[in-house]
Amino acid sequence: MINIFQVAYKNLLRKKSRSGLTIIGIALAAWVLVSLLGFNRGYESALNKDIDNLGFQMLVTAKGCPYEAATLMLKGGTGLRYMKEEITDIVRKEPEVDEVTPMLMQATFDPNKGESGGYNAYLGVDPNTFPKMKSFLEFKQGKWFTEPEAYETVMGYEAAELEQREAGDMLLIPEKNVELRVVGVLKRTGTQDDGTIFLPLKTVQKIFGMKDELTGIGIKVKKDADITKFEEKMYKLPDVQVVSLSQVKQTIMTLVSTAKVMVFSIALIAILIAVVGVINTILMSVMERLQEIGILKSMGATAWDIFKLIWLETLILCITGGIFGTALAMATAKATEVLIRQLLPYAPSGGLVQINLSLVLLTFVVVILIGLISGVYPSWKAGRIRPLEAIRSQVE
Amino acid sequence: MNEKNGLAIEASNLSKIYHRGSENIAAVDDVTLSVKDGEYVAFIGPSGSGKTTLINILGCLDNPTSGKLVLAGRKIVDHGEHLAEGKLTKIRREIFGYVFQKFYLIPTLTVIENVMLPFTFYKKPGADGEVDRILKLLGIDHRKNHLPGQISGGEMQRVAIARALVNKPTILLADEPTGNLDTKRSKEIGEILRELNEKERLTIILVTHNPSLAGMAHRVIELRDGKIYDGK
Repeated sequence: MINIFQVAYKNLLRKKSRSGLTIIGIALAAWVLVSLLGFNRGYESALNKDIDNLGFQMLVTAKGCPYEAATLMLKGGTGLRYMKEEITDIVRKEPEVDEVTPMLMQATFDPNKGESGGYNAYLGVDPNTFPKMKSFLEFKQGKWFTEPEAYETVMGYEAAELEQREAGDMLLIPEKNVELRVVGVLKRTGTQDDGTIFLPLKTVQKIFGMKDELTGIGIKVKKDADITKFEEKMYKLPDVQVVSLSQVKQTIMTLVSTAKVMVFSIALIAILIAVVGVINTILMSVMERLQEIGILKSMGATAWDIFKLIWLETLILCITGGIFGTALAMATAKATEVLIRQLLPYAPSGGLVQINLSLVLLTFVVVILIGLISGVYPSWKAGRIRPLEAIRSQVE
Repeated sequence: MNEKNGLAIEASNLSKIYHRGSENIAAVDDVTLSVKDGEYVAFIGPSGSGKTTLINILGCLDNPTSGKLVLAGRKIVDHGEHLAEGKLTKIRREIFGYVFQKFYLIPTLTVIENVMLPFTFYKKPGADGEVDRILKLLGIDHRKNHLPGQISGGEMQRVAIARALVNKPTILLADEPTGNLDTKRSKEIGEILRELNEKERLTIILVTHNPSLAGMAHRVIELRDGKIYDGK
């Protein structure tokens, strides 16, 4: 006995190219949807991971643009502003503070880097406080600095790869003509630390002539501390600003939200195109099979029977498209990530597109809704055709 | 079957008027006829004489403008008032089998799937056995797993007839069933219809231009300008 599902499926096989193209349209919409929702999930969790890996929850910097501060905090940027080292002691005395670590970032142009040269970023850190605050950093080779003013460096994993240095090698700072001994190479962390060259704070201050100057102070607050109250106190300090991680996160999310709105719009357009495509395909199929529908009705098929048949055809198209689209999204998640990284002003390290079961199920719900909605009109139209009109349509 | 008077169809003063601008065209004009259970009736006449319109009205595919129609004792149309579409669907399902000039087989379904198509929409106990019996009766059981594209025109029309018979109708309506077939295949279909009438006691209403096919019927009714011209 043949059932309605088999009839619907075999009907779709009659125009394979048309059915195939419609499935591709739906698959593309599903692909965009899965990738977008996967990105939505992945980006936030990757950003949280990046921020957690900073080791501190607040950063005090010289007054300037908050975006610059965010960039400095996460990427190591240019256009740096400075503040006095004595602020470290003022901050340390606050009761909410657990630990502070002063930092000085400097950059030099290296003409031998890449094809047309590039900047090397050096982060001066306090050997007493920084390693404790970033206790999760592990060494591939060597260890932290031997002395607070030693001409030594610890290189992030990627920085060491790029410069082709190992522990025990020497590293030249271009422009300054100073050589440093590589005492350690960190393991890969998947964060901005991988590309950083760490030096003792005093050494950076000496080499770059920035005595008593800092670009930032990392602050770890006590667990039970009132962060809002502490932030307010920090704002009272002259010529500095406080960037809390929640602020950084918010700033970045604001930047990213513009891109998200764009991508959401694209997804919506893709879905609308898919809906129109499905309606067009099914409607054409109905018009071409008017006589057959007439015969089915003459056999005793009711309007609801015909409606179900046509609706089922729509659903088969949409579910097949949904399966292909989801598989495509999973297969191209890495490539999508590369594309997104190029489009966004800042992208955290780690997986940016996270596709899981609930996301796949959600996409299927959307795709089935597309099918149900776009199938209504053609199915209704087919259902209400009178048998004689349908049969006559080929005679005339 | 109407147990009371043995009539399958009772039509009184049936008319079908089409309005084209200010002109009224009577496709069927005051036709009165009755068909007995198990009778084989052929409608003949020139093109435009109203044969197809009449068979469509008798088969509940079209509604008359006026008149009365009773099928197997059930009142279908009375003074132009007809049953609701849902009830007509039920009558089409229970009483009629339709065969048309074109076969209207679904090309992606096999012969047996095409024949079983009506059961996609409603179940009938013992349908499988009935399908096998009909395929054998029509001599196409060896083709049951072929697609329509793999069989001849004559075989396709047999499949269409099998599909019309599978729900055990009491009346078979055949509108130019040999219109697309050559002489040999037409004769074969004519023989099949006669056998169905004789062996299965099936009431058959046939519309044809083919005199030899019409000649196989018990009664031939000629239509001209929507009226019964001869054969009453």
